[in-house]
Amino acid sequence: MSSKLLRSTPLRAAVRSTQSQSSRAGLAGTTFVRTKATLPDLSYDYGALEPAISGKIMELHHSKHHQTYVNSLNDASEKMEAAKSSNDVASQIALQPLINFHGGGHLNHTLFWENLTPKNQGGGEPPTGALSTAINDSYGSLDALKEKFNTALAGIQGSGWAWLVQDTQTGSVSIKTYANQDPVVGQFRPILGIDAWEHAYYLQYQNRKAEYFKAVWDVVNWKAAEKRFK
Amino acid sequence: MANKHHTQTRTEPRRHSKESRNDVQDLLKRFAFVPLLLLTALLARYLLSPTPTTLTETVIPAPVLPNMAHQYSLPKLPYAYNALEPHISEQIMTLHHSKHHQTYVTNLNNALSSYTSALSTGNVPAQISLQQAIKFNGGGHINHSLFWANLCPASSPDATLAAAPKLGDAIKRTWGGEAQFKEAFETALLGIQGSGWGWLVKVENHTGERGRLAIVTTKDQDPVVGKGEVPVLGVDMWEHAYYLQYQNGKAAYVKNIWNIINWRTAEKRYLGGQDESWSVLKASM
Repeated sequence: MSSKLLRSTPLRAAVRSTQSQSSRAGLAGTTFVRTKATLPDLSYDYGALEPAISGKIMELHHSKHHQTYVNSLNDASEKMEAAKSSNDVASQIALQPLINFHGGGHLNHTLFWENLTPKNQGGGEPPTGALSTAINDSYGSLDALKEKFNTALAGIQGSGWAWLVQDTQTGSVSIKTYANQDPVVGQFRPILGIDAWEHAYYLQYQNRKAEYFKAVWDVVNWKAAEKRFK
Repeated sequence: MANKHHTQTRTEPRRHSKESRNDVQDLLKRFAFVPLLLLTALLARYLLSPTPTTLTETVIPAPVLPNMAHQYSLPKLPYAYNALEPHISEQIMTLHHSKHHQTYVTNLNNALSSYTSALSTGNVPAQISLQQAIKFNGGGHINHSLFWANLCPASSPDATLAAAPKLGDAIKRTWGGEAQFKEAFETALLGIQGSGWGWLVKVENHTGERGRLAIVTTKDQDPVVGKGEVPVLGVDMWEHAYYLQYQNGKAAYVKNIWNIINWRTAEKRYLGGQDESWSVLKASM
């Protein structure tokens, strides 16, 4: 299996601009338009998170796994539209797990890419301001949070994510784990997520997932987390 | 339900009665745990008892209180780590068996030993909090033990459906043909959202006679227990089962695995009962 660790950015940009032009053209021509989900571009190169996360992992994770969630979400959404327009309630209900799974996969990965950044671009630099205060209020210190977060990650039985979330009712932050691609929606607001699916680390860490959980903090983008915190 | 409570309290060992408080609220709390305790007792009895019990029995006997939990050990593979190549690589098999499966065994033994002490001290909260660890790690041990035995090298005469004449007939009757069955099984495997397993099971009917076949999926390490189903054939759909070789191409893994299915083992499980399926588990004690 050959691996291209660097993306061809101009080509991707061209593809994106074609996509957005065609969706604008679509807008003008129809009375009802559903925007398709698209794979977001990364703001760093696939190899830029090494050695915490290998370029090969990032390439597959972004260009294959995330792309599959995007494609399957669009497919399920299209079927949902059809089921709605034909008033087929049974099909609408049957499609919900697919929307949850693939829509969740799209949301989770999009947030994840944003809350990572290379070390030389601020990866791992501790949070400041209100988020820092909220973390200290709940956990005492950033190190204590990381330790509890890693315990939560290690305790996931199967595929899933651990998130630092903000309770929209109380404003406080806490750690929550979610199964599979269940997204952080409803009462809680996602602040920072770490992917604990095996595809997120297996090529580099195999069964030693604790090492991945330890290393990933070197490339966490706390600035992105601060922006999500309200 | 009241009867069950009564029975349950009578079977509680007296060992901890010295410490027991007469406080009514405390007793009520204790009683509230009883239905969960019964479930745990069933699973624990299943894992702790030297003779596996059938899961179709409706009467839940008093929990056995052994002095020591059985220690499970990693079962040896019936073939070499590289024997399933090119369909499953040697590296995958080595890690999967010697690391992943070993971890389930280690954690199961730890959980069962904690559970045994929680039973002997009558510590119900601890018993309840250990349930998930027993299910996950016990399931991991059961599932992988079944999985290794239902695989074999592609060159083996057991690797074709002809090695399972009775099961083959039942498959053809149920799905219309071998190809249709494989397609249905692949669809189920690829539809798993997250980690899990796909199983061909025999559903035991009320007379205990050979039942119908069905394809089921289980999440994470949930084992096929407690529903009167006998696992005939299992395929691991955790990413660690294929990722080093197939990466995101899990459809290719699912296609290739048919080359290394041990149909003779599947036939034995199909013709036998629960005990046949669990023989591999017993052997690891």
